[in-house]
Formats: sequence, structure tokens, C-alpha cells
Amino acid sequence: MNHLKAFEIFNGSMIQSFNDSMKKAFPILGILTAILLSYALYMALVWAPTERTMGDVQRIFYYHVPSAWTAFILFFVNFAASIIYLIKRKPAADIVALVSAEVGVVFCTVVLVTGPIWARPVWGIWWTWDMRLTSTLVLWLIYVSYLFLRRFSSSGQTPALAAVLAVLGALCVPFVYFSIWFFRTQHPQPVMGGGGSIDPRMLHVLLINWLAFSCFAFLVCWSRYRLEKLQRDVDQAHALESLMAPRGSVR
Amino acid sequence: MSGNGYLFAAYAITWIIHIVYLGTIVSRYSRLKREIEEAGLRSQVSGVRKP
Amino acid sequence: MSAPTGITRATLLKDLRLEWRSKDAINSMLFFSLLVVIMFSFSFDPTAEESRRIASGLIWLAFLFAAVVALNQTWAREIRNQVLDAYRVSPAPANSLFIAKTLGNFIFVSVLEALMTPLFIVFYQLRSIGPAWQLLVVAALGTWALVVNGTFFAAMSLRTRSREIMLPLLLFPISIPALLAMVQSTTAILNGEGARFWIVLLVTYDLVFTTVCLLLFETVLNAE
Repeated sequence: MNHLKAFEIFNGSMIQSFNDSMKKAFPILGILTAILLSYALYMALVWAPTERTMGDVQRIFYYHVPSAWTAFILFFVNFAASIIYLIKRKPAADIVALVSAEVGVVFCTVVLVTGPIWARPVWGIWWTWDMRLTSTLVLWLIYVSYLFLRRFSSSGQTPALAAVLAVLGALCVPFVYFSIWFFRTQHPQPVMGGGGSIDPRMLHVLLINWLAFSCFAFLVCWSRYRLEKLQRDVDQAHALESLMAPRGSVR
Repeated sequence: MSGNGYLFAAYAITWIIHIVYLGTIVSRYSRLKREIEEAGLRSQVSGVRKP
Repeated sequence: MSAPTGITRATLLKDLRLEWRSKDAINSMLFFSLLVVIMFSFSFDPTAEESRRIASGLIWLAFLFAAVVALNQTWAREIRNQVLDAYRVSPAPANSLFIAKTLGNFIFVSVLEALMTPLFIVFYQLRSIGPAWQLLVVAALGTWALVVNGTFFAAMSLRTRSREIMLPLLLFPISIPALLAMVQSTTAILNGEGARFWIVLLVTYDLVFTTVCLLLFETVLNAE
């Protein structure tokens, strides 16, 4: 088969399918998510009642906590996708694992940055080695090391090795929480995030923001997934082209 | 910084982080698209030279 | 089950013999361990009361760095002689190789720790209020935790760029719960307090990660 024709067809259909799916659903979902996020922002800044002791600074809570929940969900998706990859060896599972880890790290970074910004005015210190923040830091470290492995390993090996590391990292998570929890009960520190019961209106705003950020995370993951799929298709096309290039042709 | 200053900083930096990440996705996508178009041209050129 | 045990024993004995013959590797690592203890002693004033309070942290960090140096050359000989390719095509279970390597590392790192501990005790004038045998249990469990994951990650790092930095990069985050447990239990025993929670955590950690590493080593070996 004429390799030029094959490449052109492959070429054309790649861009075509990318554009098609992006064109169809994505913009609508994007607009809906933007509206939801704006509504959630309004709720957080205006509608939610002001906290008695901390004042308006407490509203950071409505960004800090949903980001944490979203990160945890994404890391769980990474775990599930990695297991599926180890069993089924589907490339799609590998891409989902990569994407969920990356976006999870982004959200985790948000948690680790908004945490200290909240802690400083309330407790006077930037970092308290509080149980939740410390555990999130270790989680962040584990998944950043995962991303490093993906970047540094040779491409043939990456999916399998990364999946193995993801399983180990996920299994480590309960240990992280247990050890830090016990350590903190032995050496108590100021607890961030406020313990105890939460005002139902605050809970409502929290859940709305969580929903909004979850939709946002889904769209980001989807975009990243399509990008990675396209990248791999291009790499494959390049490899195919160099394999079938006539001898002596100039590249 | 007043209490509200911290609040604004937290919300702003959240979106800065997200926008930076989205920016990397967008720039990689446009670079990839450019590469695809160039490669499509290159295939045509090498195809002409084929016997 | 005699073949896998046979391979394990053979590999382990071979490694120990080779290490013993090439005294260079052992000597340089022993000297490195000594240096680590001394550097820590200069950085954390041994005469200060605070330093004695954090002594277990210092000791375990020193062990950790010495272990990383030892772990980094775990598979060096295997790569040089294409042993791993042979293992991939042979019917021998990959686990035997992994267990042999892990045991070898465990023995080696324990030797390093046995050298460093008396130095720490002398430099920091440490005394244990609690039973000293419990410290040995903690040392064994903690060393195993570092070594089993370390050997596994060393195998994963084999064909990565910057292999030597990849090992600690992967090992440290996952070892954090174990490190916390090691240090806290050591402190507790030195102060005559109970360390049951931390020891149970360490045992569970060791069991879980040993099992998972055994299950997944074949995948790592064949990853391509």
C-alpha cells in the first residue's frame, strides 16, 4: 500500500476525529461548567454565612476542601486505571492513569497552596503539620514521584512501570493516614479545616463548589486525554513513516 | 494583608494554577497540530521523490 | 518449591561471596556510613540535650542515606553481565531473584547499621530506658521496610534516565509512614514508653509491601 496515502488518511482522520468530538459536546459542557463555577463562586463569596471566629477568610474553605476531594477522586481513578492496565494492558487505561495523576497533582497543589494562605491569618503560621495538610503533602509527593517516573523511564517500559508504582503508592495511602493520625494524637497541633459540625448552609455551598470543580476537573481530564491520544497517534505515525521510508530518502 | 486580602489571594492563586496547566495543554495541542500539518507536507514531498 | 528456594539460596550466596571478595565496595560503603555519622554529629551538636531527644531521627536518617547508597548498586552487576535478560527467558520464577537480592541487601545494610549504631551511642551518649531487644526488632523491621521497597525501586529505575536519583525519588515518599514508625518507636523505647502501635504499623507495612513487591516483580522484570 502506498505509504504516503496511508499516512495522509491516518493523518486526516486523526485531526478529523479530534475536531469532531471536541466540536460536538465540549463547548456546551465548557459553558455549563463555567456557569456552574461562577454560581459556586457567588455562593462562596456572598451567599454563604460569615464564620463567627475566623471571618471572611474562612471562605477559602470552599475552594480548599473541594480541591482536596477532587484530588482524592482523581488519585483513586489513577489507581483503578493502573490496575486495569496491569490486567488488560489497554493503552486507553494507561492514558487515563497518566491524565488522572497529572490533574490530581494540579488540584493537590491548589490544596497545599490554599492551606497555608488560610492558616496564616487564622493561626499566625504558614504551616502547622496538621494531620490533613501533612497527609496531603505526602500524597502530593507520591504522585509527583509517579510523574517523574513517567517522564524519566524509557517509553516502552513506562506504562507497566508506572502502573506498578501507582499500585504501590495507592497502597501506601492508608499507612500515611494512620501513621500521621496517631502521630498527631500524640503531638497535637492546631487543626485546620475546623472540626465539629458544619452549618447546613455552609455544607450546601461546599457541595456546590465540589460539583463545579468536579465538572471542571472532568473537562480538564478530557482535554488532556485527547491531547495525549493525539500525541501518541502522531508518534506512532512518525515511527511508521520512518519504518516504511524508502532507503536513501532524505528525512 | 487583611483577612480579605488572604481570601482574594487564595482564590486568585487557585485559578492561576489551573490556567497555567490549561495553558500547557493548549500550547502542546497547537504545537502538535502544526507538526501534523508540516508532516503531512513532508510526506507529500518525499512521495514525489519515490520511484 | 525446592527449585525457587535453591535459586534464591544460590543467588544470595553468590552475591555474598562476590561482595566479600571485592572488599572495595564494602570498604567504601563502611567508610561512607562512618562519615554520615560524623557529619550528623557536627550538624547536630551531640552535647545538646535537644540532639539526644531527636537522636532516633538522626540515626534513622543516617541509615536511610547509607541504605540508598548500598541499594543503588543492587543490580549493577546483573546489568553488566546481562543476567536479567537470562532471567526473563528462563522458567525460573522472578521472585527467587528478588528475594535473594532483598535478603542480600538486608544483610548488607544491617552490617552498615551495626557499624553506625555504636558510634551514635558513643557520640550521643545514648542510653535506653526501655528493653534493648525491642530496639533490635524495630531495627530489623525498619531495615526490611527500606530494603524491600529499595530493591524493588532499584529494579524499576534500571533503564530510566538518571538512575541513581530515581531510586531515592521513588523510595522516599512511599517510605514516609515506615520512617515515621521507625523513629517514633525507637524514641518510645529509648524513653521507656510503649511502642506497640508503631511496631504493629511496621509489621503491617512490611507484610503488605513485601507481598505486593513479590507479586509485581515479574511485571517490572518483563516491562517492555
